[in-house]
Amino acid sequence: MRVVLAEDLYLLREGLIRLLEAHGFTIAAAVETGPELLEALLAHRPDVAVVDVRLPPTLTDEGLQAALKARREIRGLPVLVLSQHVQQLYARELLADGTGGIGYLLKDRVFNAGQFIDAVRRVAAGGTAMDPDVIAQLMQTTSRRPGPLLGLSPREREVLELMAEGCSNSAIAARLSVSDGAVAKHIANIFSKLELAPDEDANRRVLAVLAYLNGTAGQSG
Amino acid sequence: MTTETRTSGMSVRAQTREALQAGGQGLARLAQLVLAAVPGFVLPVGAAVFAGVMAAQFLQYYFPASLVALSVAAVVGSAVAAACVRRTADRTRRFLQRWYGIRLPAVYDPLPKLESDERGHWWTGYSYHRSQTVAKYAQLVHWGLRDRTTRAEMLWLVVNPVLVAALGGAVGLLLVLGTAFALAGPVPADAFGPMSPRLTSIVLSLVVGIGMVLTGIVLAPYAVRGYAEVARRVLDQDGRATHAQLTRRVAVLTETRADAVGNQAAELRRIERDLHDGAQARLVAIGMTLGTIEHLMETDQEAARELLAEARQSSARALQELRDLVRGIHPPVLAERGLGDAVRALALDSALPTEVFVSLPDRLPAPVEAAAYFSISELLANAAKHSGAEQVWVDILYRAGLLRVTVTDDGVGVADPSRGTGLRGIERRLGTFDGVLAIDSTSGGPTTITLELPCELSSPRTSTSSAKV
Repeated sequence: MRVVLAEDLYLLREGLIRLLEAHGFTIAAAVETGPELLEALLAHRPDVAVVDVRLPPTLTDEGLQAALKARREIRGLPVLVLSQHVQQLYARELLADGTGGIGYLLKDRVFNAGQFIDAVRRVAAGGTAMDPDVIAQLMQTTSRRPGPLLGLSPREREVLELMAEGCSNSAIAARLSVSDGAVAKHIANIFSKLELAPDEDANRRVLAVLAYLNGTAGQSG
Repeated sequence: MTTETRTSGMSVRAQTREALQAGGQGLARLAQLVLAAVPGFVLPVGAAVFAGVMAAQFLQYYFPASLVALSVAAVVGSAVAAACVRRTADRTRRFLQRWYGIRLPAVYDPLPKLESDERGHWWTGYSYHRSQTVAKYAQLVHWGLRDRTTRAEMLWLVVNPVLVAALGGAVGLLLVLGTAFALAGPVPADAFGPMSPRLTSIVLSLVVGIGMVLTGIVLAPYAVRGYAEVARRVLDQDGRATHAQLTRRVAVLTETRADAVGNQAAELRRIERDLHDGAQARLVAIGMTLGTIEHLMETDQEAARELLAEARQSSARALQELRDLVRGIHPPVLAERGLGDAVRALALDSALPTEVFVSLPDRLPAPVEAAAYFSISELLANAAKHSGAEQVWVDILYRAGLLRVTVTDDGVGVADPSRGTGLRGIERRLGTFDGVLAIDSTSGGPTTITLELPCELSSPRTSTSSAKV
C-alpha cells in the first residue's frame, strides 16, 4: 500500500517512515510543507495519506487545508490526520463531504503501533478512525444538551461511539462483549432513529458519525 | 478656509451662491449661539435680581435692607451660575466639535474623597467641618475655584454672553438696519441723470440697505469662526486642557501597563510551576522507570513488561498535561485559524447550545485575538455556570477599527462585576488594549455583555500562502 506522509518534525517523520515500512507500507513521498503535500498527493495519488495538521510555511492548519483541497480533487482520497490536539471543529470539516476514508488522531496514538497501523488500514479501506478524545469531548457535551441523539438508548450510543472511532461490527461486538447479530441490530436501530435512508453500508456509517458530530454540536458555524 | 481654496476655480455666480450658503449657515449658527448663550447669562442674573428684589421687599423696614438684599442676590446668583457653568461650556464644546471638529477635552481634577476623623469631623483636604453636608459644599467650592478647567468654564460663562452679544449684535444690527433702510429709509439725494430726486433716493436706500444685509450675511461665518477661536482660547487655556488630558492618558497607560506586566509575570510563574510539577516530573519518573526496566529485563521479564506499560501511560499523561498547558497559553485553533473558528470550537465544547456569528474581514493582531478569545471563553463559562440560560449567542463583528463582541444569554441575569473576579479580570485584560466591557443584565434576564477593542487588522497570513499554491 502506497503512503504519502507529511510531517515537519524530522524525528517524527523518520519514525513514522520506519513504522509504516515495518508494517509493509510503501512510502511514495515524505514531505514537510503544505504546498509540497498537495503536489505529492496530486502526483502520486496514494492509497492513503498520513498528514500532520500543522505544517510550514505558515505553521497553522496548512496540512489540514492541503488534505481537504486534495480530497476535492480526488474524491474519497483516504486521509489520516495527525495532530497535537483534537478538535470537534476539524473533525466535522474532515467528515463534511460524507465520503469516508477519514481519520483524525492524536499524535500520541502513534505510540501504540498496533492501533495506529490498524487505523491507517481502516482509513485506507474507506472507513473512519476518530480519536477517542474527540468522542470523549462529544460525550461531555451531548449528555448536557438536547439533540436528535438523545433518542438513542445508552447501548446504541456506545455502539455509535465505537462506530465513530472506526470499529467494524465484529470489533464492536468484541469490545462490548455481545454477539455480532446484536451489534447489527443496534446499528440498524441507530440508522432508523437518525433517519438515514438505506444506502451503501460503509457510507451510512460515515453519515451516522457525521450526524453524531453535527447533531450534538448545535447549529453554530 | 477650505471653501476659499475650493472656490478659486469657480465662476462668479457659483462663488456668490456658495458665499450666500455659507452666510446662511453662519446666520443659523449665530442664532444657535445666541439661544445657547441666553440661559447661561439670563438665569443667574435673573435669579440674582429676583432674589435681591424679594429680599428687599421683605426687609424694607430694616436699616441694612439694601446690603442684605445685595448679598442674597450675590449668593443666589452665584449658586445658579455654578449650576449653569459646566452646561454652558459643554454646549460650546459640542458646537465646536460639530461645526469645526475641534475637540476640547474637559479634564477636571479629581474631587478628593471626604475623610472623617475620630472626632467625627470631616476633612475636605484643606479644612475641617462638623457637618458632612457643609464639608461637601465647602470642598466643592474649593475644588471649583482651584480646578483649572472649572475656572476656564467660569470665565467662559462671562465671556460667552459678551462675545455673543458683540458678534451677534454686529451682524444683527447690519441685518436690521439694512432691512430698515431698504424698506423705509430714503436717503436724501439730488436728481441723478434722468431720475427724479425721490427715485434716486429710493434706489440709493435700496442699494445701501441690501448692501448692508448682504454684508451681514457674508460676515456671519467669520463671526462664528471668530467666536470659535475665542472659545478655544478660553476653554482650552492655550492647550493646557489638552495637556491635562495627555497627563491623564499617561496615568491610565502606566496603570494598564503595570497590570499587563503583572499578569504576564504571574502567567509565566504558573507555566513554570505547571511544567516543573507536571510534565517535567513525569519525564523524570519515566526515565527512572526505564532504568529499572533495563535492570529487570534480565531477571524478571514479567515485572519489566508491567513497568513498560506504566511508563507508556506516564508518557501519555505527560503529553496530555503539556497539551492542556499549551491550550491555556495559546489555544491551538486560535493560532491556526484565528478568532472566528476558535470561538466556534469553544461553542462546540460549551455545555450550552451556543450560536456564533462572525463577521471578520481578516486576521486580527495576535494579542487582541488572544484577549478577545479568553474573554469570550470566560463569559461562556460564566453563562454555563451561573446564568441558568438555555441558549447563548456570540456575535463577533469588526468595523472601522473596532472589534465588538456581544455575548447574550437567555438566563436569569444580574451579572455583577463587583461579585466575581471573572468580569474584573476581563476588564483588566481588555484595559491593556484600551478596550471596554459593558454589562446589560437586569434581574430576570436576559444578559448581554459587550466587549469593545480598538485594533487594526494585521496582514493576511494564511491567505497569501494558500494563494501561492
